[in-house]
Order: sequence, then structure tokens, then C-alpha cells
Amino acid sequence: MAGGFDLDLRRYVRGNTQTMGVWIALAALIIFGLLRYDNFGGAYNITSFLNYNSMFIVIAVGMSFVIMTGGIDLSVGSVAAFTSVCAAYLSPYGIEIALPGGVLAGMAIGAVNACIIILMRVPPFIATLATMLGAKGGALVLSGAQTISVDWGSNFTKLGMGNAFGLFPWTIVIVLVVVIAAWFILEHTSLGRTILAIGGGEEASTLMGLKVDRTKAFVYVFSGGCAGVAGVFLASAFGAGQPLEGLGWELSAIASVVVGGTLLTGGLGSVPATVAGALLLGLVFNILNFENGRGTISLSAYWQMVIRGAFLFIVILLQTRLTAGPKARA
Amino acid sequence: MATASDATKSSAGTSSLPWNLLRANGILVALAMLLLFNALFTPNFLHLQTLFVNISQVATIAIVAIGMTLVIATGGIDLSVGAVMALAGALAPLIFLSSFGVNYPVLGLALAFILPLVAAMACGLFNGMLVSVLGVQPIIASLILFISGRGIAQVLTNGNLQTFSNPAFSYLGTGRILGLPFQGWLALALACVIAWMVQRTVFGRYILAIGGNERAARLSGAPARTVKIGVYVICSMLAGIAGLIVVAINSASDAARNGNLMELDAIAAAVVGGALLQGGKAPIFGAILGAVIIQLVKYTLLANGVEDEVALIAKAMIIVVAVYLQTARRV
Amino acid sequence: MSRPLLSMTGIDKAFAGVAALTSASLSIETGEIHGLIGQNGAGKSTMVKILTGVYRRDGGTIVFDGAGTSIGNPRDAQEHGISTIYQELTLVPLRSVTENVVLGYEPRLWGGVINWRAAHRRASEILTRFGIDIDVREPLGSYSTAIQQLVAIARAVSLNAKLVIMDEPTSSLDEREVEVLFKTVRNLKASGVSVLYISHYLDELFRICDRVTIMRDGRTVACKEIAGTTKIELIAEMLGRNIDDIQSAGMTQLGGGDARSGALLLEAVEIATGPRLRRFDLQVHAGEIVGLAGLLGSGRTEAARALFGVDSLKNGEIRLKGAAFKPAGAADAIASNLGYLTEDRKAEGIVPQMSVRENLTLAVLPKLSRSGQVQRGREREIVDRFIKALGIKTANMDQPIRELSGGNQQKVLMARWLATEPELLILDEPTRGVDVGAKLEIQGIIRDFVSRGFGVVLISSEFEELIEGADRIIVMQDGYSVEVLENPGITENALVKAIAHHHDSRTAH
Repeated sequence: MAGGFDLDLRRYVRGNTQTMGVWIALAALIIFGLLRYDNFGGAYNITSFLNYNSMFIVIAVGMSFVIMTGGIDLSVGSVAAFTSVCAAYLSPYGIEIALPGGVLAGMAIGAVNACIIILMRVPPFIATLATMLGAKGGALVLSGAQTISVDWGSNFTKLGMGNAFGLFPWTIVIVLVVVIAAWFILEHTSLGRTILAIGGGEEASTLMGLKVDRTKAFVYVFSGGCAGVAGVFLASAFGAGQPLEGLGWELSAIASVVVGGTLLTGGLGSVPATVAGALLLGLVFNILNFENGRGTISLSAYWQMVIRGAFLFIVILLQTRLTAGPKARA
Repeated sequence: MATASDATKSSAGTSSLPWNLLRANGILVALAMLLLFNALFTPNFLHLQTLFVNISQVATIAIVAIGMTLVIATGGIDLSVGAVMALAGALAPLIFLSSFGVNYPVLGLALAFILPLVAAMACGLFNGMLVSVLGVQPIIASLILFISGRGIAQVLTNGNLQTFSNPAFSYLGTGRILGLPFQGWLALALACVIAWMVQRTVFGRYILAIGGNERAARLSGAPARTVKIGVYVICSMLAGIAGLIVVAINSASDAARNGNLMELDAIAAAVVGGALLQGGKAPIFGAILGAVIIQLVKYTLLANGVEDEVALIAKAMIIVVAVYLQTARRV
Repeated sequence: MSRPLLSMTGIDKAFAGVAALTSASLSIETGEIHGLIGQNGAGKSTMVKILTGVYRRDGGTIVFDGAGTSIGNPRDAQEHGISTIYQELTLVPLRSVTENVVLGYEPRLWGGVINWRAAHRRASEILTRFGIDIDVREPLGSYSTAIQQLVAIARAVSLNAKLVIMDEPTSSLDEREVEVLFKTVRNLKASGVSVLYISHYLDELFRICDRVTIMRDGRTVACKEIAGTTKIELIAEMLGRNIDDIQSAGMTQLGGGDARSGALLLEAVEIATGPRLRRFDLQVHAGEIVGLAGLLGSGRTEAARALFGVDSLKNGEIRLKGAAFKPAGAADAIASNLGYLTEDRKAEGIVPQMSVRENLTLAVLPKLSRSGQVQRGREREIVDRFIKALGIKTANMDQPIRELSGGNQQKVLMARWLATEPELLILDEPTRGVDVGAKLEIQGIIRDFVSRGFGVVLISSEFEELIEGADRIIVMQDGYSVEVLENPGITENALVKAIAHHHDSRTAH
């Protein structure tokens, strides 16, 4: 009997190279950096690199959940700007209040997204486009279009500038917590499996009796919350709420998720690979800096955008091959 | 043994006539209300200067929104328009400021119009190929150039602001015809040409058919791939024109700012103008009206002392309401 | 068997005022395998969707497991013990087998954490019961359709189902896989689970069902013990024909065959495009209507798609007027003077937002344009001519087509193809879902077209239409063309017999 149930090995292998590709590329880039530049593996470079990219990693993780359900969240950049202002205002009460406060503000906007998408049946692209504008407006109104200086007397700036156990920035600790939590939710809870199932087929998921609306609401609130965390980082790292920041963050986040191998059509994705995708795009910039530092060539910082775009292009080319398989079967 | 209660009968929603009228002509009503409000409450609204300011600002949005409307009509979206504006805008001064452009001013000027638009169309070709040949989702396909297009522009200019003094080129942004800004006329002319294309040409007919029912259109012999590529090429070309106008207005090219966030304004204008996101409708003059409304809302709030920031929130609400009404109409 | 497990009575359902079910009923005993058959649009799937809470019924009662139920959504249905395996697999192929089995009902540790070890164990236990021994950690999509089908069933059963609904479960399985499925179904029955088995493969019903309910036009017309019935009898009920007439039919199709008027127009030799079209032969001469008959899923539409170049050939060849014809798509076929009226008017026919005029001239646009511009005068002239000739009832030619009745929409689509001045038209169910008046008019249009020396391939589920209209009828079964009947002399009963008879020739290759 088993003879009839042969494995489609080719597709399986292709499916895994998809996520493996990111890791290989990331490893290659790191080895390249280590061999070529003296201080690349130094503690300073590593911590500052991770610290700088912590915001993007958190946002990308939130975005990955949304994309796994087959949706999109364009509001994350504005939400981060908004929550950075909220956090700055809350900073006198200390990080214990400002961090949850910022996250809650982000989740609130995520909830608005969820309502517009689920209750009003507006496509995610337009709904989150609107909240993107709304959140940006909110940030500017709240701050009076000024950067809002944080309270330097409280422990707020410790988050972005201080070190945990004197070793590495607190932001890295928090990012780690968020990443592990997200990975755990996705791999080990019913909720996570439902997220992927919805992306694989919303109609099928409904017919299987899954709680589709509730799960979709969760991913948008979660994405808002992640953007909230990023906003608090932003305020803490720069010592001020930044209502004008966050431009284009949503698109870098989408790019990270895509580079990380999450299927654009939903249904397939991994949290660690998304993190790898964000790190990969960040490393392009880091290595460019080192290369310029050596003085042998002089590539302007603008090249990083071009190279990031090229990365995205290559990944998409690979992905279209992957998705072509199942589609042809249907 | 209990029996299930009879299921409720669904009753067709009866909506009143005024409501239907409002929905059908909502955009015109909104425009009329905005104008009336401004005429009554905004100081100096009925001055010619106000008109000039608004026309020169609305023209670039409108031109890009026309192209976006075409893309949306096929069920797609183009996020790269802002980046394409920056690219085209960066190329033009490079050309007429080059030694070739200085030595042959007429030819240089002509090339400063042509080459940037060719580059823009190449961007559109890239987007269109990804969407129609490789089947990449439009939002992701256009994300590539959204990210790297502006980067290319900045690499070309080394990130520098290029200032220039070239009256012939600047006419694009500062010229007047019959007292009204040149780019306003240009936007109107382009709208007329594109609207004619949509309504009168085979290509236009195919755009609407593919957006309305791609399977039916293909089975009726519509060349879906070619048409989709064409739409992205046109959209990028129009974005290129808008990029040149912005550079001409400022007599300077700033690759970092030219066309920044334009994709959002263009999508908003197209949607407010009545474009259906799932495709099948290409209201070109609707897009112009949408651009005018978005600009007027911004202006109204500003002129009445409401901060710029609040205008963003207003814009957000307009978009949601416009799309919500579309959704409601479908059901 | 005193009280049935499920009893649905007097079920009514209308969509936008059109009745889909009229006082339909269905009764299933505990531990019974119950077949449900009917032609397209008979109301089978509407019935199932009402039972599983996808649709709300307009009237009627449902009693399940001794209690009246108010199932509001598919999850409700599952919790009541009704599991459904839909025709389109409602599983998530990218996820592992385990997930697909336990999704939504995962074994948990503390705090909602999935106990993966328990989940994998449970999944393999469940699957072993069905005689499937596979690695449950692999993505479901890496296994064959049969395995996926069985996993879906395993999921359904693991939810403590009392009733498992299977909608065309064998349509994508090969014969060996069907055997595995049947074994599973019999196991279910042995353990006291009822199965509602929806299929258009009648042979299957005789192999596993206890009773079969037949639906026609939204009504339940009969419920028969399978042991006491015959295939012909079922088909007669399905189609609403008299059984005696069918059985007394002679093989009169042997006569005729010399009525061929014109030259050979289109010829298909042993063409195949996939599992749905495995070997198909056809010849169409000028001035001839060739009918394609067969039950649902026999490959008629696939044959039409192959002839029009929409699906590419895996085998065989098509010749058009003697020359090899290899269309790369619809545009090619249209340029070669072919037309194809599709079966699904909504999905593949009309462009709803466009006007009657724009819909009518969609296929003829290349001929209607001069340097890319549509010649409006000629366009209006053509549209005007066809609106008059075909009696299309529309306020004016610029009315959106979605506002027209089904029959008038269909006439516009007929006109779309006639306007291209084709030499051969492929018509897939041209009169389905239109009122009687429009139907006669459309048939008149077809007859008129053929009388001008052109050819038609006519696909129809209505036997009268084929028998009265077609010069020859090609009978299809399971993707094979199995028999050719020649007019004059085809009787309805002969045709039904040809469709119902098991042809050995289809497995010869």
C-alpha cells in the first residue's frame, strides 16, 4: 500500500532550502565580515549592530504573523512613531510604566486595524494604510510636531543606552524575549498553528471550524504591540519621542519577512528565519560601513538601499519557483 | 424531541433614495461641501492666488493618481511611484548639467525630458514583468523598486541636492498658460488622453475586462500579460513626469525627498475617486477629483488653523469611508 | 433502527429569490452509508451546507441524534458530531500531517501549550487505524492526494464524528486509492459511524452504499435501497425519465451516419490533457452539430478547453481543416475562427461591470479596431444588429450586463462569439439556467449558425437538446470518448443507456 504514497521529495527539499537560504546567506555574510574586517567580530560592533537593529527585528516579527495569515500591516512605522511619543511622555514614571504603556498604545492601534479589517471588511492594505496616516497624525498632534525629550532622571533611557548585567543592551534582552515568545506561540500553541492555517486557506480554515476572526484580530493587535515595543526602543535610544520617525519601516519589515522565507501568500513561515532576514538586511549596511572604513572603495550609504532591493528581488525570484509547485497542482 | 426554529428569512436591505444618490455622487457632494465651507469660512479662499497654490500642489498627485488608477483597474497596486519620481527627477538635471548638456543645450534639454521618462518606463517594465510573467503579488513586486529606486537616484546624485537655473526646464513647474500653472494644464491634458485611451481604445477596453474578470477576458482572447505590463509602464511614466515637475518647481533635485510618500497620496486619490481595489473600474477624472479633495481637505484644515497633523487623520478617515462605501455597495 | 440519526425535512432555501431547495428531505440511519446523487444544480451541496451551518435554511426542520439542532457554523457542526470532507480539500497542505489531523483540537500541556509528542502520537495512532503508516511530521502536501483525502477523513473521525459527509471523495483518486478509501468507509460503518456519500460515479454507490437519496431541481425525488435498484433506474430518477422507456430502447443509432454535409472542419485524435481528459476523439464537419454527452465529471468541459487551446495537450493532436492546429491560447484559437462559450457564465463569461456593448464586442475587438482605437460606429452597428437579431432584452446597449436576466446575458455571450464570425463554435451548456423562452431562442440561433455551413460542438446535460439538435453525439465517461451515436435514429433512452453502460474500452489504454 505504501507504494502509492510516495513522497514528493523535490518539493520538500525546495521548501526547506527556502528558509535555509537565509541562514546560509547570513552565515556567508558574517564569515565574509569576520575575515575581511578586524573589528567586525568585536563586542562593540556586535552590540551596536544588534541595538540599532532591535527595533526592526521586533517589527519584522510582528509583521511576519500578519503576513502568515495572508494579510499586511502598513501602519507599523507610524505606530512606532506614535508609541515613541507616548513612551516619552510616560518616561518620568520609569521604564516599568513607559514600556507597557507604549506597547498598549501600539496594541490599541492594532485593535483599530483589526476592527476595520474584520468588522468593516476593508482590505488589510487599505485599512492599515489609513491607520498609518492616522497614527502619524496622532503622533504629531500628541507631540505638537516636536520631538519630546524623555525624562533623563528616570531609568527610562537605561533601556536603550544602559547594559543588562553590564554586558549587552537591554533592548537585546527584550528582543530576545519577544522573539522567543513569538516563536513559542507559532510553534507550540494552537493559536500559532491557526495563524498558519488561515494563511494556507481562509475558507478551508473556516470550514475546519477554526476561529478565524479571533486569530486575525490577534495578529493585528500583536503586530501593533510589536511596533509599540519598537517605539519605546526608539524613544529610549534617542532620548526623545520621535513623531517623524518610522517612515518606510513597514516596507523594510515586509522585506525582512519575505527575505526570511515567509510565503507572501501566507501559510508558511518561521520566526527565527524572519529575524535572520532582518539581520541580513541590516548587515548589508554594516558591511558597507566597514568597506568604506577601509577606504579601498567608496560606496555611498545609498548603495545599501539598492543592495537591499536586489536581495529582495533574488528572494522573490526563488519564492515564485517555490509557490509555482502547489499552484500548478490546484 | 425539540425541533429547530425556523431560520430567519433574510430581507433585502431597502435604502432610501437620498442615500443612494449620496453614494453614487458622494465625491461630487464632498467636493461641493468643501468648496462651500471654504467660501464661507476660509479667509481669502476666493482669491486667484489660492487657486494657483492648490493647482500646483494637486497637479503632481493627480498625474501619479491617474497612473495608479490604471494599475488598480487591473487589480494591482504600484508602491514604487515615489521612488520612480525621485529617479526621473535626479536624472534630468544630471543630463542638462553635464558637459554634453551644456555644449548642446537644445539637445540636452530634450534628452533631459526623454531619458528620465525612458528610465521610468523601464522601471514600469520591471514591475509589470514581475507581476504578469512571474505572478508576484503587485504589492511585493513594486516593493523592490520602492526600496532600491530611490537608492539608485541617491547613488546617481551622491545624495546631493542638485540646484540649477534652467528657465526652459523650469517652465514645467513654473510656467503659466492663460494665467494658470502649466502643470495644471498638463495634468488635465494627460487625464484627457488617458481617459480617451480607457474609453476608446482596445487597450483600455482590455484593462477594464482583465480587472473585471480576468478569466473571461483571457478566454475572449485578451492578451492579459501584455496589457498588465503596459499598465505598469504607463503608471511609471506618469510618475516620471510628476518627478520632473517637482524638480522643475523647486529648480532643484532632492532625491531623498522627491516623491516621498507619493504612493500613499496617489492610492488615496484613486480610491477616493472611485477606483475599485479588486479592479474593473478606471475612473480617471475621479482620480483627479480624489486628488483635489485630498488637497482641499489639507488646505481647508491648514487655512483654518487646524494643524497639518490633524489633516493626516482626516485623510485616513476619508480613505476608510471611501473603501467602506465600496464594500457596502458590493454586498 | 427505530429512529434515524439525521432527519432533514421540508428544507427550503433560496438565493436572491431563486429557489435552490424546495421542501427537500434527507434521512440517515445510524451506521449507514447513504448515497446522495443528482445532476448539477440539483441541490446536493446546498443541502450539505445547510446541514453544516455554512448556509442558513429558510424553512424546514433538522433533527440530529434525537435533538433539534441549531447549527450556526462549521465548528458547531463538528461539535455536534458532523464532520465534512469537502470536494476541494479543506486542509492546509503546507502544514504537517499531525497538524492537519489535530488542528483546533490539539492535545495541550499547561497554559495552552501544544503537546507535540502527544499530538504526533495521536495522529499516527489515528492514521494507523486507517492502515496508513506515514511520517506525520512531514508536510501534508508532500503526500499523494489519496493520503491527503484519508488524512481529512481521519481528522473527521477523530473529532468523534457520528456522521461523516464526503463530497465527491474519489474525483482525484486512482483506482487503487479508491480501494483504500472504500475500506476506510466500511471501517467507519463497522464502528457505528454514518457516512453521507455524495458522488456522481454511480458504480461506486453500488459498491458501498446501503441506501441512496436522489435529488432533482432542489427536491428530493426518491430514496432507494441500493440492493433493490439498478443503475439505469437511478439515472432515470436523476434525470426525471421513465425507466421502462429507457430499458426498452433499441440500438437504433446503428443507422444513419451518411448525413454528413460538408468538409471536415475540426478533428481531434486521441487527445489528452490530464486525468480529467485521458483519450478523446472527435470529428466536426461543416454544417454539423456534434454533441458531447456524459455525466458530470466525464470530461466534456475539459475536452472543450483542450480544443480551444486553453489546456495544453499531453498527447494526441488536433487538426483544423486538415492542418495541424496547435493554439497557444484563446487568442490563437479566436484568430483561427474558433469560439468557445464557457459553461460558467459568472466566472468565465461576463465581465459584470462592463456594459452589454463592451461585453458583446470583447472577443471581436482586434477586428474592430483601427490603429488600436475601437471604431465606435462599427461597434454600435454590430451590437445593434445582434441585439435585434438575437432579441436581447436590454434597456440600451450601455446597460451594465449584470443587470440583465440570465437568458439575456447568455444571448450577449452568444453574440460575443457570433460577432467574431467563427467557423466553429464550442458551446458548453448554452441553455443552462435560462428560462424556457430564451432557451428556444438560443437553440434557434445555434441552428441558424449551422445552417450557414459552420460547425458546432455542443455540450449539454439535456438529452432532448442533444438528440434533437446534434447530428452525432459523442458519449464520454471518465475522460474517455467511449461511443458515437449517429442521428437520425438516436432515442433518448438509447442515449441514457450509452451514458450509463459501463464501457470497457475506456480502460483499454
